[in-house]
Amino acid sequence: MKPFDYVRPATVTEAVAAAAQPGAVYLAAGTNLLDLMKGGISRPDRLVDVTRLDGLDQIETLADGSLRIGALVRNADLAHDAEFARSYPAVAEALLSGASAQLRNAATVGGNLLQRTRCAYFYDTASRCNKQAPGSGCDARDGDNRSHAVLGWSESCIATHPSDFCVPLVALDAIVEIEGRGGRREVALDELHRLPGDAPERESVLEPGDLIVAVRLPPAARGFAAHARYLKVRERTSYAFAVVSAAAALRIENGRIAQARLALGGVAAKPWRARAAEDVLKGVAPTADAFQEAARRALESAKPSGDNAFKIELARRIVVRALTLAAAGTPVRIPALPASPFASTSGAVHV
Amino acid sequence: MSELNLTSAPAHLRHGSNIGQPLTRRDGILKVTGQASYAADNHPPGMLFAVMAVSSIARGRVVSLDVAAAKRHPGVIDVMTPDHKPELAIDPDLKTNPFVFRMEVLQSNDIRYANQAIAVVIAETLEAATEGAAQLAPRYEVQPALVGLDAGESFVPPVVGVGNPTESHRGDVEAGLAAADKQIDATYETPPQYHNAMEPHAIVARWEGDKLFLDTPSQAMVMARARVAELFGLAPEKIHIRSPFLGGGFGSKGFLTGPQILGVMAAKLVGRPVKLVLRREQMYGPVGHRAPTRQRLRLGADGEGRLTALDHHARTVSSTFDDFYEPAADASHTLYAAPAIRTSHDAVRVNTGTPLFMRAPGEATGSIALESAIDEMAWACGMDPLAFRLKNYAEVEPMTGRPFSSKALRACYEQGAARFGWAKRPLQPRQMRDDAGLLVGWGMGTATFPALMFQAEARAAIRRDGSGVMEIGAHDMGQGAWTALAQIAADSVGLDIDRLDFRSGTSDLPDAGIAGGSAHTATAGAAIHSAGAAVIGKLADLATSDERSPLFGAGNAGVIARDGRLIRRDDESRSESYAEILARAGVAEVEARGTGAPNPAAMEQYAMHAHGAVFAEVKVDPELGQVRLTRMIGAFAAGRIVNPRMVQSQLFGGMIWGMSFALHEAAITDRRSGRIMNANLGEYHIPVNADVPPLDVITVEEHDPHVNALGIKGVGEIGITGSAGAVANAVWHATGVRVRDFPIRIEELLT
Repeated sequence: MKPFDYVRPATVTEAVAAAAQPGAVYLAAGTNLLDLMKGGISRPDRLVDVTRLDGLDQIETLADGSLRIGALVRNADLAHDAEFARSYPAVAEALLSGASAQLRNAATVGGNLLQRTRCAYFYDTASRCNKQAPGSGCDARDGDNRSHAVLGWSESCIATHPSDFCVPLVALDAIVEIEGRGGRREVALDELHRLPGDAPERESVLEPGDLIVAVRLPPAARGFAAHARYLKVRERTSYAFAVVSAAAALRIENGRIAQARLALGGVAAKPWRARAAEDVLKGVAPTADAFQEAARRALESAKPSGDNAFKIELARRIVVRALTLAAAGTPVRIPALPASPFASTSGAVHV
Repeated sequence: MSELNLTSAPAHLRHGSNIGQPLTRRDGILKVTGQASYAADNHPPGMLFAVMAVSSIARGRVVSLDVAAAKRHPGVIDVMTPDHKPELAIDPDLKTNPFVFRMEVLQSNDIRYANQAIAVVIAETLEAATEGAAQLAPRYEVQPALVGLDAGESFVPPVVGVGNPTESHRGDVEAGLAAADKQIDATYETPPQYHNAMEPHAIVARWEGDKLFLDTPSQAMVMARARVAELFGLAPEKIHIRSPFLGGGFGSKGFLTGPQILGVMAAKLVGRPVKLVLRREQMYGPVGHRAPTRQRLRLGADGEGRLTALDHHARTVSSTFDDFYEPAADASHTLYAAPAIRTSHDAVRVNTGTPLFMRAPGEATGSIALESAIDEMAWACGMDPLAFRLKNYAEVEPMTGRPFSSKALRACYEQGAARFGWAKRPLQPRQMRDDAGLLVGWGMGTATFPALMFQAEARAAIRRDGSGVMEIGAHDMGQGAWTALAQIAADSVGLDIDRLDFRSGTSDLPDAGIAGGSAHTATAGAAIHSAGAAVIGKLADLATSDERSPLFGAGNAGVIARDGRLIRRDDESRSESYAEILARAGVAEVEARGTGAPNPAAMEQYAMHAHGAVFAEVKVDPELGQVRLTRMIGAFAAGRIVNPRMVQSQLFGGMIWGMSFALHEAAITDRRSGRIMNANLGEYHIPVNADVPPLDVITVEEHDPHVNALGIKGVGEIGITGSAGAVANAVWHATGVRVRDFPIRIEELLT
């Protein structure tokens, strides 16, 4: 392993200064970074360990009704926080559908947002990858790409963002609090990740030294608690990334959808908010026809980036199903097989 | 390994026999408390760490390595390359016998496949060796990689599997097809699969003068020792291998691999003990795998659902430099009574590590295709799949006409079907839904695996205190050899298992042969059984020829060994303990040796196979295409069951692997580079616990007087056969979609 400096700053300000240096990266749980380092995909000169920073592991309700989740809160702790799961059930369900129990116990909220794509060509140091070496080319484009992007991709990069957690978060208008060299700022989660365009190496709007300190869910996000689901189709029941996933959240008043939120996972370089689909659902009754139309709108601009046309049809069906499940109402308990099409299978035990 | 503190179940039930008892694993406590030492856990003083640098190209040659940069890295001691390495006594590409496979041990700069070792960096720490390897920055001359089942001109290999004929036939297949009322012509594909034992291949090598001490997992220690001996020009007895526990093998630890030899070479080069452990991704190349296949099956059936012909052709691949051909079509030799059967193979060469034996080699790949085709034919004939199989039940082995040594397959079908509730299965697909609207499908498959025997030896002794010793260099891959073989051993000397010192797991003990071919319990068990009988015979001679013994003169009547006593067969009131016999004779112990080997006469006369029937239920989301196995029941007849608990675990493991074969497993090779793109356990999918429903295993009673003295057929591999096809057939029954390309993918079911 390449030798690296390891620093453990005492304050956020120190951390930002330490990580602003070229070759420095933040280390939280390391569930992705350490694998990248072992594989030689990431070869940092300096790890800035933020796990001991004070005050970043709190879940707090703010005066305006927002919920603020510290960047170091563990995925499992957040998902199993009863108040959190009641108020934002689709987020809890997404968290519990991700990775494995062991990884969820370690992985942090901030790290989840910044995990790298799982494109096999990105992980294969012998392949051409525009993220790894800008301008070198993309071996995924003509390679094994059945799991790659169908929305927002470019000739430079067809990778997807793998997070489950981010999908309902982006649907619920989550805001990311960032501490940087210029002080504190906020960006909408929907603005955090960039689409690849011709610069896929720039995956987010973060600048050197920028540290995600919290994720905030605005007060309105609670309004969807009664009708919110996350649905994830995957190739095994646990410990697999989504082939395609969707978060659907509805506010239903007097039998009509007052407001809809919809986002897709596994389809693009960022969690994909489907605003056009949300718009067609506003004010209509939650019917199969309405959901079909929403699905059509959500995938209107989709096109295969390779051997993955099936993902477009699959995504449409997942949108319909997720909306149908959301309309039926959030289950009292998160299903034993969270976000699974088999959630209702009797006899299932928690994964 | 007598220093191992193996434990027996604290109070196991005993009904006069150790064999047949469901003892828990005697090494279980060692394992769950972390005290079981696996190869890589051994750290002799002064040990260095070796890390392989591997090729990122699949074909071509290395033109440069920055050895200086690697050596500059702090902690790096040396870098072994084709130009700087200890000489071997023989060319590693020389095939000195049919069980020697070629290996890459830096004999040249040529690249045969991706992940081939191109250098070994030896350092004070694992981290330093790893970074040293990264500093080598190899440059290559790249040639286009040969990838896939259509990589080049196909050819007919001289043999498939272990010396099986490439083509076999009986009867006139074309006439049978022409005369058929119904025909099936279907082509199935199976992907490359990798063993992925939890424990990676590892070696700790230590030279002491011309003696060599190795800690390395092996399914065949004496064979491994012979390979090391010939490569390094050593006498075998100078080499000591310890392999008390394996973290899985599945065939990949049957033969010593290149990386293990590189560890020995590295230790020789630097003159210090060296440890070399493969990284997970490095296991996708030099340690064998299951070759991909494309299988065409043509079946004909008459108006009553009787097969008229069965033609099974398999295309497979081997490496560019060695020969192993997955004998997939041979799965059609034993199961169904077609009057005309033809099996054939061809192959292409690709840039891959040589494919090798992987749990049920040939049987597993062949079974999923054959069982799918049988299911398709049953449907074409409008018959229930079980009724169709019974209609074509083979009373004698179809390919050879030989009678079976035993075959309780009918009972497997009956008991499995009854437990599953098969009779309620609708004939048409896509008829069943559960409460949640999920499609439900039921499928079945027939399981079969040959009952093989190899060669083994054992040494037994009875000690002055009346306790026993059994020595045999057997291999516990996790399957329970420490327990099951000790049960056989205890019975063989008429002792309770707690009174027997069972020594195993090192190469200085008598040769137990190979833990492969599902034959280890049968073969090692036979050797143990005969050694035990021989030592009891000696003890009996001592007693019956001594006029002071109550057994004097019982030589003709015979004695029985039970509970540490010899008892006169025709008068149980006359007996004497082992300790009394030895004390009076004034000897410290008596010992004897025994062997286990196949019986050629019986093999000539009988077809010997284990059988089974597997029934599976899947649920499929009708719109989203995701599949979930919800029930699986396997009924197996495999001769005598030595330890029902271990056997159940073996069969569970096989059934889970069958499900994995149908739904999950595939190595994805980039068709341009020949690199495997999912060489890790995150992306090479095998089932996780959440994928595995409650499983049910029935072991059907079967007495086989012909396979061996103990009547054991073996259960190591049969579980995967039948199971994969059962799951695939259940997916068809749920959806009406016949997927012939495995594993079954979501997109195939998005109808």
